[in-house]
Amino acid sequence: MEKENLIEEIRKRFPAEIESDIETLGDQILVVRREGLIAVMSGLRAAPFDYAVLLDLTCVDFLATENRFEMVYHLFSLSRNRRLRIKASLPAEAPVVDSLVGLWKNADWLEREVFDMFGVGFMGHPDLRRILMYEGFEGHPLRKSYPWRKEQPLIPMKD
Amino acid sequence: MSGTDFLTTRFDTAVGWARKFSLFHYPFITACCGMEYMSTACAHFDIDRFGAGLTRFSPRQADLLLVVGTVSHKLAPVLKTVYEQMVEPKWVIAFGACAVSGGIYQNYAAVQGIDRIIPVDVYIPGCPPRPEMVLDGLLKLQEKIQKQPQDWRWRRKT
Repeated sequence: MEKENLIEEIRKRFPAEIESDIETLGDQILVVRREGLIAVMSGLRAAPFDYAVLLDLTCVDFLATENRFEMVYHLFSLSRNRRLRIKASLPAEAPVVDSLVGLWKNADWLEREVFDMFGVGFMGHPDLRRILMYEGFEGHPLRKSYPWRKEQPLIPMKD
Repeated sequence: MSGTDFLTTRFDTAVGWARKFSLFHYPFITACCGMEYMSTACAHFDIDRFGAGLTRFSPRQADLLLVVGTVSHKLAPVLKTVYEQMVEPKWVIAFGACAVSGGIYQNYAAVQGIDRIIPVDVYIPGCPPRPEMVLDGLLKLQEKIQKQPQDWRWRRKT
């Protein structure tokens, strides 16, 4: 399948779930509604699209916008040697999205990291707890609303 | 000066001389400064020329703690435990900008200098410091050890 055709095919297959497609610097991006994320992802993972690898999964915090959090997924197709980026916006009051652990095992720790750093909830995640920060750490440090320079030491510190 | 004082001073000098040339160091390496530590410790710059060549990988056998690299708040209790496990007399070198002051990191994760956790004898700045700077820091520490009053077992602590 050619580059343009592929995006068209995907959009034809999921007309309700996909909001738009963007191309920046040769990278193709699909913007997906969060309700349809699982449907789109499982469709892309299977033939004929065959995006079998979840390379990375992360989040962006756009503070003071309506859709504050934006999930970013990087997919890779081994058979086609082609990458695809999926984005989904989450509202500030309920930053929750479906978990992809059922589709890709490596989503487990990646989603735990996003939960730890941004406080995004993943519905259906088998073991959603902090992965980098220690027990007793309050808040989510990569949120733009986390106070700059705020430290939470585990042992007493001299000044 | 009484005879005892003279003897004590001479003995301090002798013990200091012995101690400064037989530093057993424990490398507490967490980050990229480790590369500079390796090149200092290996044959090209050769830390062994100054009597500090014997690396011990147990803090109980070491008397010089080299804190090389960034220490995060998650790691801070570990560093404190390692320091407390070392037997007296002991010295600490903060190696690199991160260990000295937190370096470029000023956020939720990094400790702003290891002297907030444990006492430090010599600070070696640089990001990372060149091996010559490390050797200079080591010589500074040797000077300090030579000059300080030594603890020895039959001397009463005041």
